[in-house]
Amino acid sequence: MIQGKNIFATRWGIIAVGAVIGILAPLLQKLGNPGNMGICVACFERDIAGALGLHRAGVVQYLRPEIIGFVLGSLIAAYIFKEYRPRVGSAPIVRFVLGAFAMIGALVFLGCPWRAVLRLAGGDGNAILGLLGLIFGIWVGTLFLKNGYNLGRTQTTHAAVGWKLPLIMLGLLGLMFIFRQVQGQDQSGVLFYSLKGPGAMHAPLVLSLIVGLGIGFLAQRNRFCTMGAIRDTLLFGQIHLLSGFISLVVFAFLTNLILGQFKAGFAGQPVAHIQHIWNFAGMTLAGLAFALAGGCPGRQLFLSGEGDGDAAVFVLGMIVGAGFAHNFRLASSPNGVGPHGIAAVMIGLLVCLFIGFTMRRKSA
Amino acid sequence: MAATVDARGLSCPQPVIMTLDEIKKGKDTAIVILVDTDTSKENVTRAAESQGCQVNDVSPEGEGYRITITKG
Repeated sequence: MIQGKNIFATRWGIIAVGAVIGILAPLLQKLGNPGNMGICVACFERDIAGALGLHRAGVVQYLRPEIIGFVLGSLIAAYIFKEYRPRVGSAPIVRFVLGAFAMIGALVFLGCPWRAVLRLAGGDGNAILGLLGLIFGIWVGTLFLKNGYNLGRTQTTHAAVGWKLPLIMLGLLGLMFIFRQVQGQDQSGVLFYSLKGPGAMHAPLVLSLIVGLGIGFLAQRNRFCTMGAIRDTLLFGQIHLLSGFISLVVFAFLTNLILGQFKAGFAGQPVAHIQHIWNFAGMTLAGLAFALAGGCPGRQLFLSGEGDGDAAVFVLGMIVGAGFAHNFRLASSPNGVGPHGIAAVMIGLLVCLFIGFTMRRKSA
Repeated sequence: MAATVDARGLSCPQPVIMTLDEIKKGKDTAIVILVDTDTSKENVTRAAESQGCQVNDVSPEGEGYRITITKG
């Protein structure tokens, strides 16, 4: 008998969770998060890197509680539903490198796949280029998958191995409560805070954390993944995950309309630039890296919560990649791509192609 | 005799790719798929059903699940 059907993972379950995220993200924006950035996994991990001083871009420093909530919410769901499975060992170093370049690509576009659709739902036309790039990058990834690309098997390990990233997140949360933001100061204890720019815009800490925990919990249950949505459609014609992704866009659009946050156009959009080629190419790099690593940045956080140590390494790769992106001036700004952004995208694409071509299952 | 696909330790989409390969290329009508996460269990059963296969049994085995399907 097939037992314990997971209602969250049904078609309606995933549509409902897409809707919940689609409504909550614009609400977080209303409550203080940056424009069309109610939730952005890449941007928020970049802000965390800034808060910790791994880069010193003054406008993007805030230890985003949503990210912490995603990991811990997933951990809680995994334990409650007995799905916590500590596992590691599927080419962690490759996942670190993929995470770093995924972040670099995402910061050339200025957003992860979640933010790409939130930007679209807010009327930002540049998001169309980003989404096309994302689809193209994932399509290239599916070609590698069809040809046997594979990072190898994981090993089951000690439960405590899988707690590592959740514990790191708990530690960061602790720092946040110890070194609370002080009005008008860019530093509080060991943490950096932004006085202006997107890093200075945030919803109340506790509210962000609660929303993060809630989304983390739900997304662990239904395996919500934006990269998987596009990949499964291209690879198998399977639109299960895609229905959740589309639901997110539709509900975010409606919520933006209701809240008066919808503004159609290309120029002057919040935290966005209008260099179409690099919006496309940045997300091509990110999409390919996500496809090779088996999950969008949100999914990597949820997997980390349920014990996947390799996904945790990808997350750390993204945070370190954000450090490089700003220290080396690879990241874009509303003025356009950074001075070395184009070179970084090229190098990243070559690295991903190298990984895709060289890491294949030996034919049985 | 059923063909066995051992997808334990592999993350999505590998278990699905391996299952679909076996459904398309394999000679046996009965296929047993071994997976070790609930996500893989759901993805494999969903993919098998979309191919017109019948999912006969899903039972816990070791750290994961043994899924038995029959080609449609």
